[in-house]
Amino acid sequence: MTVEITEEPKGVHGMGHKIRRKEDIRFLLGKGNYVDDIKLPGMVYLAFVRSPYAHAKIKSINVEKAKTLPGVIDIITGKELEKVGLAWIPTLMGDKMMVLPTDKVVYQGQEVVAVIAEDRYKAYDAASLIEVEYEPLEPVTDPKKALEQSSPIVRPDKNTNLVFKWEAGNKEETDKLFKEADVVVSQGFYYQRLHVAYMEPVGSIAHYDPVSGKLTIWMTSQAPHVVRTVFSLVTKIPENKIRIISPDIGGGFGGKVYVYPGYVVSAHASIKLGRPVKWIATRSEDMRSTAFARDYHIHGEIAAKKDGTILALRIKVISDHGAFFGDANPSKFSAGLFSICTGSYDIKAAHVEVVGAHTNKPPGGIAYRCSFRVTEAAYAIERLVDILAHELGMDPAELRLKNFIPPEKFPYKSALGWTYDSGNYAAALKKAMDKIGYWELRKEQEEKRKRGELMGIGISSFTEIVGAGPADLFDIVGIKMFESAEIRIHPTGKVIARFGTRAQGQGHETTYAQIISEILGIPVEDIIIEEGDTDTCPYGLGTYASRSTPTAGAAAAVSAKKILDKAKKIAAHLLEAREEDIVYEKGRFYVKGSPDKFKTIQDVALAAYTNPPPGIEAGLEAITYYNPPNMTFPFGSYICVVDIDKGTGQIKVRKFVAVDDCGNIINPVIVDGQIMGALTMSFGTAFLEEIRYDENGNIYGGSFAEYMIPTAIETPKWELDKTITPSPHHPLGAKGVDESATVGSPAAFVNAVVDALWHLGVRHIDMPLWPWKIWQILKEKGAVSDE
Amino acid sequence: MFIMYPAQFNYFAPKSVDETLELLDKFRDDAKILAGGQSLIILMKLRLFSPKNIIDINKIPGLSYIKEEEGYLKIGALTRYSDLEYSDLIKSRYPLLYESIKHLADPIVRNVGTVGGNVCHNDPGNNLPSVMLAYNAEFLVKSISKQRVIKAIDFFIGPYQTALQSNEMVVEIRIPVQEPKNSGAYMKLERRAGDFAIVASAVNVSIDDNGYLKKVGIALGAVGSTAIKADKAEEFLIGKKADKEVIKKASEIASEQTNPSSTPFGPSAEYKKAMAKVLTFRAFKNALRKVGVEI
Repeated sequence: MTVEITEEPKGVHGMGHKIRRKEDIRFLLGKGNYVDDIKLPGMVYLAFVRSPYAHAKIKSINVEKAKTLPGVIDIITGKELEKVGLAWIPTLMGDKMMVLPTDKVVYQGQEVVAVIAEDRYKAYDAASLIEVEYEPLEPVTDPKKALEQSSPIVRPDKNTNLVFKWEAGNKEETDKLFKEADVVVSQGFYYQRLHVAYMEPVGSIAHYDPVSGKLTIWMTSQAPHVVRTVFSLVTKIPENKIRIISPDIGGGFGGKVYVYPGYVVSAHASIKLGRPVKWIATRSEDMRSTAFARDYHIHGEIAAKKDGTILALRIKVISDHGAFFGDANPSKFSAGLFSICTGSYDIKAAHVEVVGAHTNKPPGGIAYRCSFRVTEAAYAIERLVDILAHELGMDPAELRLKNFIPPEKFPYKSALGWTYDSGNYAAALKKAMDKIGYWELRKEQEEKRKRGELMGIGISSFTEIVGAGPADLFDIVGIKMFESAEIRIHPTGKVIARFGTRAQGQGHETTYAQIISEILGIPVEDIIIEEGDTDTCPYGLGTYASRSTPTAGAAAAVSAKKILDKAKKIAAHLLEAREEDIVYEKGRFYVKGSPDKFKTIQDVALAAYTNPPPGIEAGLEAITYYNPPNMTFPFGSYICVVDIDKGTGQIKVRKFVAVDDCGNIINPVIVDGQIMGALTMSFGTAFLEEIRYDENGNIYGGSFAEYMIPTAIETPKWELDKTITPSPHHPLGAKGVDESATVGSPAAFVNAVVDALWHLGVRHIDMPLWPWKIWQILKEKGAVSDE
Repeated sequence: MFIMYPAQFNYFAPKSVDETLELLDKFRDDAKILAGGQSLIILMKLRLFSPKNIIDINKIPGLSYIKEEEGYLKIGALTRYSDLEYSDLIKSRYPLLYESIKHLADPIVRNVGTVGGNVCHNDPGNNLPSVMLAYNAEFLVKSISKQRVIKAIDFFIGPYQTALQSNEMVVEIRIPVQEPKNSGAYMKLERRAGDFAIVASAVNVSIDDNGYLKKVGIALGAVGSTAIKADKAEEFLIGKKADKEVIKKASEIASEQTNPSSTPFGPSAEYKKAMAKVLTFRAFKNALRKVGVEI
C-alpha cells in the first residue's frame, strides 16, 4: 500500500495528515513536566565534586570542612558505595563503569564525591570545600597510542586498553578484488568527537519509601524499562519495587540511553536518608562528563574498474570509547551497525575491521541521532565514492547512478550480510538533481572557476538501517529488542494507549494516535498516548536509533487490528448478522449491501461493556509485543551547494536539497520537522562542533561558550522533498526517519567543500570545516585573497 | 568549572549615583557594579569571579539616555544596546556604532546588556572597546570626591582591565559628533552568529568635498590583550585620496600593529593577523561606499 499525503484533515486524522503535534500545546505554554520541574516534600539536592585530572590516584579525601557547613546532610564517596556493591555497575555493552572512584580517576570531569544538602547552592558550596588529594598519573588521550605496548593503562581492572576487535565480511575475496582493480582510492577520515547537546541536561530524583520499600526514580531516560531491570539486578531490589518514570524529556539523541553515576548515587542516597534526592547536571557538567558520540578514526579504501564500476570496499577503524565501553548498541554489535558501510551500492565484496580503545576521556560511542554507527558508515562510503568519482574524472552523480543497487534487486543481500528490504536510490537522486538544477549548477561552477571563484556541489546518497530489531539478532543485555503497544478503548469510545518507548521530542503522542486512528477510525483527539512509566506502560526497549515507528508503531497497528477483529464480532451481534457479512470502513461497520445502517466504533465500544455478545469477554483492548521480521532501510539523496570566501575561508551553504524516502508517511509535518532538525544538527557537525582533548586530557569545547551549536542565523534554508518506497514487511509500510539526515548530510557538506577545492589539489578535509582550516589550505595552495 | 551557582554575596540596590559612589568607596575592590550583568553573572555562576558585594545600579534613574549635546553624542552608562539599535539618531549618524550593536550577541542580550557595562568589562573580544577607540570616545567617570574624563585610548589598559579606580564608576560615554561626510563600518568574523569575535575591525572615516580622507579612526578587536587602536594606519591615511592600493596598504599597517595569540585547537595567530587586514579592508570598502566612494 502507498499512503496518500493529504493537506486537509478528513475528520479522523489517520496516516498522511499534516496535523499539528498534540504535545506541543503544553510545551509552547511552558507547561511541560521535566525532571527538574518536579518538586517533592522534603527533597534534598545532590552535587558532585569532579576530577580536575584525566588520570590520577586518589591519595585522600578530606570532607571535614564541608561536613560542618550548615545545610549539608551527607557526603558519599566511592568507598561507601563499594560497601554496598555500587562502586561499579555494568554497562549495556558488557563492560563495567565506575559510579564513584575508590582508587583512581580516569577522566577529567569524572564524579569523585557526592554531597547532599538542603539546596543546590549549599550542595555546591560544600562541594567546593572538599579537599581531594591526587597523585597525577600519565594519561592517554589518543586511541592509537592507547593501543601501543608502552601506553599507560586506563582501567584499574584491566591490563590492556583494547576494548574489542570486531570484523565483518569476506577478507580474502575483498583482497582479491582489490588486486584485480584498475583503481584503488584510499583515504583517512577522522569523525570528530561530538556531544549531543540536548536542551535538557541529565538528572534524576530518587524517592525511596521506607514503609513500602518502593524506590521511584524520575529519570532523563530514553529506555526506562531496561534501566529498571538493570537497577534491580544490580541493587537486588525486587523489580516490582522499582518504578522508573521518564517524564517529558528535552532531547535525548542517544545521550540519555546511558545510565549515569548521578542516577545511582541519588538512589543510594534516598535509600540511606529516606528523603527524595534530586540531582540535575549543570550544562558544563553535562558537556564534560556525559557520554560522547563518534570519535572514529576511519581508514577507507575502495576498488573500482576504470569505467567506474565499484568492486570492493575495505575499511579499518580505531574507535575511541573513553574510559568505559558504554555504547548503547545492541549487545552483539560492538561496532553497532557499521557494517551498513557498503551503503547504496552494489558492491561485490567488503571487509571491515573495528578496534576499540580505552582512553582517559569520558565514555564515548553513543549513537548520536544515528542508529548505532550508521552515521560513521554513511560518511565513510559517501566520501570514498566522491573521491573515487573525482579521481576518475567522472561526475559524482553519474558514478553513483552507475553503481546503485537497482530497484529490481530488492530484497538485496549486501556483501556484509544485511538484507535491504526496499529501495529506489536512483529515483531519489534524480529527483534531487532536478529540484536543485544539478547540470546548470555544474555549468555555473565551471564559469566561476574560470574567474577564480570557489563554488562546490556535494552529493550524498545514503542508506539507513533502522528499527532494531529482529529478536534473533538484537538484544540489550539479553533482552530481545521487541517493542510493545497496549490499546484500551473505554465504554464511551475514548482511547488510552501505552507504549514501552519514550519520546524525547519525536512527537509520538501524535504519530501513534494517527496510526490508531488510521485503523480504528477514532479521531486523533480522542486518543491519549502514554509512555515512560514502568509501572503503567508495557515493557519496551525504549526510543533511540529511529526504532519507534518501525517497532512500536507496528505494535500499535497490530494491537489496533486485534481490537478490530473483536469489534467485528460485536458489530455482527449488534447488527444481527454473521461476522463474515460485516464490512468495515474506517470507524463504521455495516452488513454487506446496506451501508446506511451502520454501527460506529464508538457504538461497538459501548456494547463491549454493556452488551457483549454471548461467549465473548467484555472489554475492548489489546496488547502486542512486536518482533520485526527485518530492519527498515530508509534512504535519500542530498545535494549541497557551497561558496567559499577566499579572504576569510568562510563557507556559505547557498542551497541544500534533501530528498528522503522513509516509506509511508504518518505525519508529513513531523517527518519534515525531524529532517530539518537533523539537517541542522549535522550542519553543526560539519561546520562548528568538536570536543578536543590535549595530551594531558584537558577538554576543549566543554561549554556552550566553545562548543558552537548552530543558531537560526547561519542555518541554511532546507528544501525538502520525498520519494515513497514502502517497507514491504512493516504493517504500515513505514520506516524510521528521525536520523536519516544526520546519517546522510555530513558527507554532502564535506563533499561540496572538497568539490570546490579539488582543482587546487585538495582531497579531503576533516570536519568541522572551520574557516581558519579552509584559509590555511587556501594559503598553502596559493589561492587566498587579501580583500 | 562545573558550577553554575554563584557563591554567596551581599546585594545592594542604591537609588542614586551618590549612594553608589559611597558604597564603592566603602567596599573598593570587594565590590562590583551590576549593570546588565550579561558578563558578570556568567562569571559569578561559574565561580570564576565571586565578588563579596554586588551593587545593582538598575534602580538609579537618569543613567539611560542618548543625546547630542556640546559637540558630543552622549550615552548614559545604563543605556541598553537595544536602545542604540532602535535609535534613529544612531542609525542615521553613527553607522559604525550601529553596525557594531547589530552584531553584538543576540536580541536577548541586547535587551539587557549596557554600554557602560561593556566598556568597563573590557573583554578583548567584545565589540564596543574597538568602536570607542575608532571614535576617539571619552568616558565621564565619577568617584565620591571628584569627577574626570578619560580618553578611550587611556581607558582600555589590558584584558578585563580599565583605568578606573576601585571607587570610580563610568556615568557617561561621549563620542565626538561626526562631520557631515562621515561613514563607518564594523566587520566581525565570528565562529557563529552572536559569538565573540575571532577578529573584528572598526572603521570610522570622514572625507572632504574632494574625496580626501579627513578623519580616520581604526581599531581592532580580539587581536591582542585589549582592543588595539591602529594609529599608524590612521596617520598613513590622513590627507590621502582613498583608492584600493592606499586602503590595502593601510589595512596592512593596521594588521602589523596587532598582536594576536593562537587559540588552542582554534584559529592561529597568523590567521588572525591576516583577518585583521582583510576585515579592515572590507570595513573601509563598506564605509566608503556609503559616502559614494568605490574602491
